[in-house]
Amino acid sequence: MRGLAQSYREALARLRVQALLDPDSFSEWVDPAQRVTSPHLAALEAPVSFDDGVIVGQGLLYAHPVILIAQEGQFNGGAVGEVHGAKIRGALLRAVRDKPSAVLLCIDSGGVRLHEANAGLIAISEIMRALFAVQEAGIPVIALIGGTCGAFGGMGIVARLCDVIIISEEGRIGLSGPEVIETVKGVEEFDSRDRALVWRITGGKIRRTLGEATLLVDDDIAAFSAAAGEEVGARPRFFKKRRLTPAISLQTLQAAQQQLSARAELDAEIRDGQVLWSRMGLGDQVSLMSPEQFNRRLEALES
Amino acid sequence: MNALQPIRTWNHEALRRQARLERSTPFSRGKAVAARDMVSLLEALLEPGDRVCLEGNNQKQADFLAESLAACSPQRVHDLHLVQSVLALPAHIELFEKGIARRLDFSFAGPQAHRLARLVQSRSIEIGAIHTYLELFGRYFIDLTPQVCLIAAQAADAEGNLYLGPNTEDTPVIVEATAFKSGIVIAQVNEQLERLPRVDIPASWVDFFVVAPTPNHIEPLFTRDPRHITEIQVLMAMMAIKGIYAEYGVERLNHGIGFDTAAIELLLPTYGESLGLKGKIARYWALNPHPTLIPAIEAGFVERVHSFGSEVGMEAYVAARPDIFFPGADGSLRSNRAFCQTAGLYACDLFIGSTLQIDLEGNSSTATLGRITGFGGAPNMGSDARGRRHASAAWLKAGQEKNGGQTPARGQKLVVQTVETWREPGHPAFVERLDAWQLKQDMGMALPPIMIYGDDVSHIVTEEGMANLLLCRSPEEREQAIRGVAGYTPVGMARDHALVENLRDRGIIRRPADMGIDVRDATRDLLAARSIKDLVRASGGLYQPPKQFRNW
Amino acid sequence: METLHLDLPAIQDASLNPRAALYGVVSSGNLEVLVERGHDATRCVFEVQTAAHGFVEVWKAVLTDFAARHPVGGLSFAIHDAGATPAVVSLRLDQAFQSLRGA
Repeated sequence: MRGLAQSYREALARLRVQALLDPDSFSEWVDPAQRVTSPHLAALEAPVSFDDGVIVGQGLLYAHPVILIAQEGQFNGGAVGEVHGAKIRGALLRAVRDKPSAVLLCIDSGGVRLHEANAGLIAISEIMRALFAVQEAGIPVIALIGGTCGAFGGMGIVARLCDVIIISEEGRIGLSGPEVIETVKGVEEFDSRDRALVWRITGGKIRRTLGEATLLVDDDIAAFSAAAGEEVGARPRFFKKRRLTPAISLQTLQAAQQQLSARAELDAEIRDGQVLWSRMGLGDQVSLMSPEQFNRRLEALES
Repeated sequence: MNALQPIRTWNHEALRRQARLERSTPFSRGKAVAARDMVSLLEALLEPGDRVCLEGNNQKQADFLAESLAACSPQRVHDLHLVQSVLALPAHIELFEKGIARRLDFSFAGPQAHRLARLVQSRSIEIGAIHTYLELFGRYFIDLTPQVCLIAAQAADAEGNLYLGPNTEDTPVIVEATAFKSGIVIAQVNEQLERLPRVDIPASWVDFFVVAPTPNHIEPLFTRDPRHITEIQVLMAMMAIKGIYAEYGVERLNHGIGFDTAAIELLLPTYGESLGLKGKIARYWALNPHPTLIPAIEAGFVERVHSFGSEVGMEAYVAARPDIFFPGADGSLRSNRAFCQTAGLYACDLFIGSTLQIDLEGNSSTATLGRITGFGGAPNMGSDARGRRHASAAWLKAGQEKNGGQTPARGQKLVVQTVETWREPGHPAFVERLDAWQLKQDMGMALPPIMIYGDDVSHIVTEEGMANLLLCRSPEEREQAIRGVAGYTPVGMARDHALVENLRDRGIIRRPADMGIDVRDATRDLLAARSIKDLVRASGGLYQPPKQFRNW
Repeated sequence: METLHLDLPAIQDASLNPRAALYGVVSSGNLEVLVERGHDATRCVFEVQTAAHGFVEVWKAVLTDFAARHPVGGLSFAIHDAGATPAVVSLRLDQAFQSLRGA
């Protein structure tokens, strides 16, 4: 009787966790029954959540041990507060100790929670440091981005630190959200209500095109799971994929800087993903290309 | 003796028309009028007190002509009587604020409902009546015939023949009434072509046309983004399909435009298919080309659709499915509100739609305090057609239920209201008294603006269950049947529990479980499309949604 | 925020073996419900925190009907509500209970 695949975008974080990992393999840390909720929200008489909008714990991905962190985008836009941030940081540091095959970071967040701004900002920087420590320990961090909030603000930066980004077409990565840009710079700069434009600038397909995401997948939890399974070596690879972040050194950072400067100059007049796709010879077909077709076309163009 | 009789002229209207045309001569070249001359032409041609139809539809708007009329000098053009189905544009309201128009007969004022109510309260407008569409169209030929009509078309040729494009809506009925009663027909077009794809209005019925500076405004009113459909709406859609469509074998129907009915459309290929209903229900439709109907069309449920208007983005899809829709020889859709409303009234066995308020008699209204919305298509299609004389299984079964199981002399239309008991905290859908009554008093109306009368309603579907009002045998039973599905609204909580259980035993009230529906199945995973993009995919890329609905 | 504590008589289904579990989400028009083992097999306890004020009577009616509809003795339900309609509350509670029964 089911009509479609199980949508990653629509699922709550708890359902994503259950469906991403091997059945009944997940055990949660700081679970909801412990009621570690946000003191800041409570002080403001705003509704709190038993898990403060993030689920952390360990489980098995195709029988490989992983640590999983999943933000709930529907609770306050997945925004990072003090408790929320501490749970993510704690789970990352636990990875340094336990050495799982990978950390899966399901980002679904508009950034820092305004209600607890300073604590949230500090939390973001702590998450970044912890993430570096995980990578230093040789454990890959795999970002999964396909929720309604995408990965914006501080979590947009965190996303770009990850070794691998698996994203759906509906997923988005950015720093300032479209509404923020429109408010600050005016509607001529960015019409945030033009949904098509927003996605052509921040969405999964353009991020993959620019090399800022590893792989585009269907909006299907099973597709995210399979792609993450390939990354931990549990499944054969379907596509060639590069690590997004080479080991950090002065040299690699300078190279990245150079590359970005060159892109900024070369692409100064490209203000819309459509222009880039047209130049690449992909034309108007991009919007309806399935993730598989899209990945193949890009791979062919990149090789 | 006959020499003493005064001589009566029998062509007064034709002479008046001739005078109007002569006054217009300086501002036109043949039938063509330049956009910059339109205000002058209108000022020359119109006379105070004229009855004017300014074409305002659901979707297509004669916006340039509306703005031109609003730019006329109130010294020259004043006290007009507007007769038009929909008041949609700010310019429509300005006409009354400036005194250019004084009286209004109309059907629907959705977007301008609030400003219209303020005009009434400040006595800047006289409202004749709020009509149903067919009623207003009928009066165009009896006592509200326009002297001048200002219409919107897609294209004109040099002679003044008009091509209306896929959004026909009210145009034919307006032009027919005006042109054949010595009126003046003025059309705004998006473009002038050497050769039209087809002629929808012949040049001999058209007096003037103007190429508008910008194409006429079309609102995608019938596009419902599936991502906003809730699981409660999925549950109610399951009840409607299993408890009504399947049980009565409803083959011919019309849907409202809300998310509740969009959910039904999207459940046909999944839930409907799983119940083995393909080919048995929902085959023939009076409906605009709703994007949410695409999966059911592709799945083979839908065999024919006749439309009031079109829908933005559906052009290529409609053209590629000529067996389903009514295209012209040129391939583009031909729609027609008057005919489709007639079809909905007489040729359909079921209407289903949502509302904002329902009272204890089952009367429903979308009018709320401070807003005069009027009616869409619901009153004509959501009423039992007393003039109907052909039978169908669904119509007969409903008639039999209403007639206490005896074979009746006539059948009964199924008119279903589907509504969540609380629209949001603080706004119950079930009320003791409709706001419409207060509105009648505040606005000095002759009648309360009731959209569907309770005695026409056959079923009410809420998340709590379904009430079959056809089976009720007394006003008391009817009231308890309504309370019995009204959930935790004050109306619902005031139910007589024993009587409601009795109604449930008799099948007058049915809960989801009584229909074999497990509420856990009511998830969005059951929808054949959960996003606009799913609809595009289902259409094979033919559906081209407007940009506000895209995320790619 | 408005809070409501309700302690109702209820029948127990001894075959249920509830682990603490969370259903739903705190987003506009929705709610989350945490189901846990209670202290008394003959009672069902509800703790509600709601953002919508003035609906205590409606909450009582919804929860009382729910406790009468299912064998929820020995369970406790903690709810964070962000303005859910009674329809959503009932649906969410029914879903939570049905999940306890094991799919």
